[in-house]
Amino acid sequence: MTVLRVNTAIVGGGLMGCWTALMLRRRDPGHCVCVIEKGKVGAQASGVNYGNLRIQGRHPGQLPLSLRAASLWERLPDLIGEGCEFDATGHLYAARDDAREIAKVETAARQASEAGLATELLDARALAQRWPWLNGFSMASWSPRDAIANPRLVTPAVARAARAHGALIHEDTAVHGAARTGAVFRIDAAGGLTIEADTLINAAGAWAPEVAGWFGEGAPIVPAGPPQFVTDAVPYFIRPSVQAVDGTVIFRQVRQGHVVVAGYPRSPSDPVANRAPVDARKIVNAMGHLLRAVPALEGATLLRVWSGIEGYLPDMLPVIGPSGTTPRLVHAFGFCGHGFQLAPGVGDVLADLVLEGSSRTPLDRFSIGRFADGSAEVAEHFTREFDRSLQVQAVAHPGAQRTR
Amino acid sequence: MMPAKPRLVRVLDRTAASATITIDGDVVQAFAGESVLVAVLAHTTRLRTHEVDGAPRAGFCLMGACQDCWVWLADGHRIRACTTRVVDGMAVLTGPPAGPADA
Amino acid sequence: MHSTVIVGAGPAGMAAAVVLARAGEHPIIVDEAEQPGGQVWRKPAAPLQPALARILGRAAAAEHEQAHAEFASIAASVDHRPRHLAWNLQGGELFVIEHRRIRPLRYGALLLATGATDRLLPVPGWTLPGVFSLGGAQTLLKDQGALIGRRVVFAGASPLLYLAALQYKAMGATVVAVLDTTALPEKLRATPALAAAAPRVLARGLSYMARLRAGGVAIFHGVTALGIEGQDYAERVRFRCSRGAEHDLAVDAVALGFGLRAETQLLDLAGVPLAFDVDFRQWLPIVDGDGRAAPGLYAAGDGCTIGGAAAAAISGRLAAYAILADRGVAVPATEVAMLRARLARLRAFQRALSRAFAWPAHWLADARDDTVLCRCENVTVGVVRAAVAAPLGPREVNRAKALTRCGMGRCQARFCGLATAELMAHALAAPVATMGRHRSQAPVKPIPLDATLVDEDTP
Ligand SMILES: Cc1cc2nc3c(=O)[nH]c(=O)nc-3n(C[C@H](O)[C@H](O)[C@H](O)COP(=O)(O)OP(=O)(O)OC[C@H]3O[C@@H](n4cnc5c(N)ncnc54)[C@H](O)[C@@H]3O)c2cc1C
Ligand SMILES: Cc1cc2nc3c(=O)[nH]c(=O)nc-3n(C[C@H](O)[C@H](O)[C@H](O)COP(=O)(O)OP(=O)(O)OC[C@H]3O[C@@H](n4cnc5c(N)ncnc54)[C@H](O)[C@@H]3O)c2cc1C
Ligand code: FES
Repeated sequence: MTVLRVNTAIVGGGLMGCWTALMLRRRDPGHCVCVIEKGKVGAQASGVNYGNLRIQGRHPGQLPLSLRAASLWERLPDLIGEGCEFDATGHLYAARDDAREIAKVETAARQASEAGLATELLDARALAQRWPWLNGFSMASWSPRDAIANPRLVTPAVARAARAHGALIHEDTAVHGAARTGAVFRIDAAGGLTIEADTLINAAGAWAPEVAGWFGEGAPIVPAGPPQFVTDAVPYFIRPSVQAVDGTVIFRQVRQGHVVVAGYPRSPSDPVANRAPVDARKIVNAMGHLLRAVPALEGATLLRVWSGIEGYLPDMLPVIGPSGTTPRLVHAFGFCGHGFQLAPGVGDVLADLVLEGSSRTPLDRFSIGRFADGSAEVAEHFTREFDRSLQVQAVAHPGAQRTR
Repeated sequence: MMPAKPRLVRVLDRTAASATITIDGDVVQAFAGESVLVAVLAHTTRLRTHEVDGAPRAGFCLMGACQDCWVWLADGHRIRACTTRVVDGMAVLTGPPAGPADA
Repeated sequence: MHSTVIVGAGPAGMAAAVVLARAGEHPIIVDEAEQPGGQVWRKPAAPLQPALARILGRAAAAEHEQAHAEFASIAASVDHRPRHLAWNLQGGELFVIEHRRIRPLRYGALLLATGATDRLLPVPGWTLPGVFSLGGAQTLLKDQGALIGRRVVFAGASPLLYLAALQYKAMGATVVAVLDTTALPEKLRATPALAAAAPRVLARGLSYMARLRAGGVAIFHGVTALGIEGQDYAERVRFRCSRGAEHDLAVDAVALGFGLRAETQLLDLAGVPLAFDVDFRQWLPIVDGDGRAAPGLYAAGDGCTIGGAAAAAISGRLAAYAILADRGVAVPATEVAMLRARLARLRAFQRALSRAFAWPAHWLADARDDTVLCRCENVTVGVVRAAVAAPLGPREVNRAKALTRCGMGRCQARFCGLATAELMAHALAAPVATMGRHRSQAPVKPIPLDATLVDEDTP
């Protein structure tokens, strides 16, 4: 048996875990930190997501964190020494000719500007002028600061940077259990590895409720993923990332020419069997939605479909912050399909909490306690953008009394 | 520069009706029942250039497995040349047709 | 709901359809090809059919005819759907596409008889126009009555090298040389096993070599350091012969092949486990002796295990009998026993053959860094090696794909997957089976974006 003594142990080597390790080491080179990952770093949601670094359209409570993350993304090469295809392409949040959709976009734009993000509302004529290939939208909010990056590359690059800064990264090492005795966490991991730590961070993605459970806490995670696909390479012409507010289609094009697409509704995925099935009918639907939005892609072909295992929470907000039961246990999970963009911000905020005890970024909306005291609401998204079985799960959670 | 000489060789007498197609605008005689790949490679040396390095490609497996032989039709649709048969009047392109302007 | 759906109208699928039809069933058989026949009994378009005997030789053409005639005899009881690609399998539904129309097919039993295509190994210059797969070179002749070139080198490790070279020669091509990468001693070692399992087939193979030699074709065994050069087209083939001498041949085309690789994507999508086979050095589905893969799911032919045409046809019949037996239909026990015995012999022959024509996986140990490994994404050997050597580098092929794009392209790693695993195994000094295999993802081949879903029963 090997015992490893660290200041902070992080369960989960996704984006959250790796960014946190890097930020801790950058800010306090004396802080001993270890990431424990059951598989490979960034092989789950962090490595298979759509790659949107979207700021606009988020819940207003997330915007300060999102903006903090954005300024870190914009310095990516400084922070990790690699670019990972980060590209500030801008993002269009687009409504069809539908009063509810238009209202939603206008609200998002207003909330963005209140939070300090510059966006521009464009009508159908302006859209046609700037992006003549785009079809079927009556207006949109344009956020030039929003960006994209290559999710396959980011987490391993962050992990390498963290390691170069002195963080320990253990791959292929599942954590089987953890407990706190006195002021020390004892963490049992695969291969007879025991880790002792002052602080424990639960960044275990869709698997995080299991970790929380070891400390008598829970959160109603719904594991799911959106159906996604990629086309063959076509000459590059789609500069922005485009998102229909009704969730039917989200697409972007990479420089090499492939168009990456996320569809809807989200389907159940299985964290135990480690499977994220993709329903062919949803893909065919999304192909139709894509072609209506970009008729010029008519001749392209479908190359590959996939999805991932993401933890969604009924109110579509993550859990970020201290445990309600255990001192120096910090949670960061349940990113509800938005965590790629937030990740560096989350890493920085968790470093605040670990090193300083509090953060200047407001985290009150993200407390795990909201599920215990019943104050969490079920977001409207759950009624439209998820399979019915997932809606049932979300609504059945103990804190669902005040459903909107 | 003269176009390089095609090297793919038809060895059987084509008794079939001929089909007239265009390849990048050149009018070319092909034969009913023939694959687009044969029609193109009996006319020129390449089917397309590679997206990444721009090198010429001419298909490889000739049985629908490697996907190296996708070409374009003038209407923008892509076809797999080795498993698609020529049709009279077909307009084949060895590069993508001009798309929407870059954003 | 259809009782039985068969994917693949090659020898395995055709034979299965015959058994099922004769038992009073009405199977659907889908195949993306225009004509039934699969790889070995491939039938050209009608205008080229009369010439087939000239290409194949009389004996093979007669065999060919017989297989097609048998299949034609059951036409009334079989729903043959040519030009239908089966592109996805999920939850008991097979998704097929025909010209932008996608149909889900529900089935009681599904038989996957998807066959095999060439196994390749990256060599310098193999992406040049004029270089084709060995099977492809022969297919072009059988299917299209065309040659890949006038001055052709046949290179690799496969008995098909000799057959294809003979057929090319008969059709007027200059066969510049046959470059066999397996050494003679290896072949001699496998001879007793080959002779025991199928003496006639062995004799036929040896006669091909003799006829080529008699016709003045140079045959080299134990070839190494193979490379193809040319400006925009294959112009020269360089190699080292077993005596150590360097050779340089002027060509205008190269046929390159190293045996076969099973098409297992649909089985993989169905969740059937695959295991690494040490003789064939590839991942093959775990099925029982009659092809049962899972309840209601069956596999036969080369897509199940590499066996050749005769074995494919027998395994197709066995799978059909298994489908019937699992439905409670009585099957002829003595015939089944006889088929099993013949299949075992033919498969033993194929195993011995795989040793006689071993795939030179060790070439990947010192493959040049600038050799293209993944043709689709143009990823070189060096890029994958560098990724493996980096901190937190990949230790299996799917991770290498995520980090380097190797295997991420249109062919879904059909042509680089096995070689990537061998390359990584060498770089890491680890057993190749631990490098894993590329997980299959729908669609198994690209489909048009403007395809739409139509109801199963809409014509
Ligand atoms: C298909 C898809 C598309 C998405 N698109 C976007 C997008 O465009 N933009 C965006 O911002 N977000 C998007 N997301 C969301 C985003 O990917 C996630 O929010 C983010 O990656 C979450 O990171 P994480 O580190 O919390 O989780 P993960 O990446 O899942 O990492 C958690 C890690 O913990 C490990 N782990 C779990 N339990 C244990 C244990 N007991 N021991 C050791 N290790 C353990 C897991 O193996 C895993 O690697 C998408 C998600 C999916 C699935
Ligand atoms: C070029 C070539 C030449 C060969 N020559 C010989 C020979 O001379 N002698 C010999 O014994 N063996 C030969 N073989 C080996 C040959 O693979 C087998 O002997 C035999 O053809 C296997 O029969 P099968 O029915 O298993 O598969 P195949 O004959 O390969 O047939 C499989 C069929 O399935 C179809 N198919 C596959 N996937 C899908 C899908 N997703 N959707 C729809 N259709 C699909 C294919 O179009 C094909 O028609 C050759 C192989 C090749 C590639
Ligand atoms: S040449 Fe391989 S798919 Fe056409």
